[in-house]
Amino acid sequence: MEKIGILIEIKDGELKKTNFGVIAAARDDCHELYAFLLDGSGAEFKSHLAYYGVQKIIDISSTEGPLEWNPVSWSIAIIHAMEHLGINTLLGLTSSQGKELLPRIAAYLDAPLVMDCTDINLTEHTVNKSQFSGKTIATIKANGLSYIYGIRPNAFEEKPAPCEAEVIPYQTGPESEGLIVKEIKQGASKGIDLSEADIIISGGRGMKSSENFRILFEFADVIGAAVGASRVAVDAEWVPYSMQVGQTGATVSPKVYIACGISGSVQHFAGMKTSGLIVAVNTDPEANITKNCDYYIVSDLFEIVPILTRQIKEIVGEDQLTGTK
Amino acid sequence: MKICVCVKHVPDSAAKITIKGKNQFDESINFILNPYDEHAVEEAVRVKKQVGDSEVIAVSVGKKDAINTLRSALAMGADRAILIKTNIRADSVITSRALKAAIGQDGKPDIIFTGKASIDNEGFQTMYRLAAALNMSVASNVIAFSLDQERVLVECEMEADARGIIDMPLPCVIGTSKGLNKPSYPTLPAIMKAKKKEVKIIDLESLAIEKPMSSIEILELKPAVEERSSKELKGQPEEVVMQLIRVLREEAKVL
Ligand SMILES: Cc1cc2nc3c(=O)[nH]c(=O)nc-3n(C[C@H](O)[C@H](O)[C@H](O)COP(=O)(O)OP(=O)(O)OC[C@H]3O[C@@H](n4cnc5c(N)ncnc54)[C@H](O)[C@@H]3O)c2cc1C
Repeated sequence: MEKIGILIEIKDGELKKTNFGVIAAARDDCHELYAFLLDGSGAEFKSHLAYYGVQKIIDISSTEGPLEWNPVSWSIAIIHAMEHLGINTLLGLTSSQGKELLPRIAAYLDAPLVMDCTDINLTEHTVNKSQFSGKTIATIKANGLSYIYGIRPNAFEEKPAPCEAEVIPYQTGPESEGLIVKEIKQGASKGIDLSEADIIISGGRGMKSSENFRILFEFADVIGAAVGASRVAVDAEWVPYSMQVGQTGATVSPKVYIACGISGSVQHFAGMKTSGLIVAVNTDPEANITKNCDYYIVSDLFEIVPILTRQIKEIVGEDQLTGTK
Repeated sequence: MKICVCVKHVPDSAAKITIKGKNQFDESINFILNPYDEHAVEEAVRVKKQVGDSEVIAVSVGKKDAINTLRSALAMGADRAILIKTNIRADSVITSRALKAAIGQDGKPDIIFTGKASIDNEGFQTMYRLAAALNMSVASNVIAFSLDQERVLVECEMEADARGIIDMPLPCVIGTSKGLNKPSYPTLPAIMKAKKKEVKIIDLESLAIEKPMSSIEILELKPAVEERSSKELKGQPEEVVMQLIRVLREEAKVL
């Protein structure tokens, strides 16, 4: 049994759901789990984390109070906490925040790091990750004195494993090494983040305009999905780059991915091929995506999507009336 | 001002990857300048024009063929190039040490640009390791960059379209993302001119890099399983949607 550190992410005051997959990956064969929280919310999430098997919650703050977001001071605080507690292995999400913190920590510790792991063996120090735009799966061995891994969001199923948890406060000195975070500008995109969503509905060239994306957002609102896009839709400036799925955009693994008016290029597949279920709506029965999905509908998306939204609305409405889900 | 751009020679994403042996692949396919690095080269050249009296040096760690990627960077406006030649597929620990050594030999730069990730290994880390080795500040996922005396101001992509506004001192390392600029396609005269620009070749071994404590070893490469059964849902629109909802409910269990 080893001590494993887990970098927990909070968004808008809530524990991200994808943390629980990382916890499941870290538990592997019953290691002792240490969750690191840096925004002062350690005590608040104690019962949630304990439910998934975290024994120790390390509530990190500076001597001056909760740590303001700064990738340098956060990384250093995590390293100090790891050293203090004798932890050599750290797992986090391959999210925006994980991509900022995990490589910094690995660089300072001179530790091996593999991002976007889809499978992991903490005892052997081996992981699987996709390479070459998802065309191959590499089994990688990390050699070093400590180990850092980024887990692909949704690659691991959450597994409850209730236990008793203890909150341990840990203070570090306030530290900044030249890099100053002046401001965080909130984005225009609303709703659920691509990497957090169970369902993603994406639009491509077939959407034809920015306004037409409204029908995807309406679907997303009803069912709690996120909206994605192909590069063509982003390059045409119909939607922001943050919505791009694919090799040069986001890599996502939702339970369901619905591609509307997307042909299914290699580069698009690179970002969504590990989705649970892939559904395509395309007017062209010969489009590449119809050959490599689970279900496809040969039809006009402008006809199908509004019907889908309406039918789901009816179901959701009924469920609310009868009190079931 | 001295500006370095680190670029990588990577398989074209449209090329088929054929696995050879346990952990190798057939490299007789088309290789390109890593797409994110195009934004790095573009920004370096833009900064050079803005500041004046500056030099842009493209640096790559790779096999002999990586010279083609350096030529692409030269055609986009870099002034000269350095190839750190090796026959191994260097991991990010070795790569960052090699870059540090070669860049150090050439003289310390004010800014180092590189793409936020390479599309082959998708490691997301070389810029951070390079910055740590050179004791410089670093920001990645950069979508806006400006220079103000001895400091730089950048905007970094965060979740859900949010942006972090970061202020750092020079010298620093910048990992460029797609929104930063629109790389220009080199003109024919620029391509011709690039052929005459200097490319210095250094053997990785000659840099005598200390064996690092950590490494990444690729034990095995396997093709990703692609097979999905691709069933068509047929019928009138109302009917196919009903079938789809059944799938969402019973198979995917998301409803
Ligand atoms: C280096 C590099 C990186 C790239 N990175 C990415 C990336 O990250 N993400 C990405 O997506 N692409 C990426 N691409 C681009 C990629 O090669 C394709 O060009 C792109 O994915 C195509 O987008 P699309 O499917 O929306 O458009 P198209 O290929 O034009 O397909 C449009 C589809 O819509 C269908 N259609 C049209 N009208 C309707 C309608 N009314 N109803 C239903 N269906 C309709 C058509 O039949 C067609 O199949 C990259 C390319 C390169 C070279």
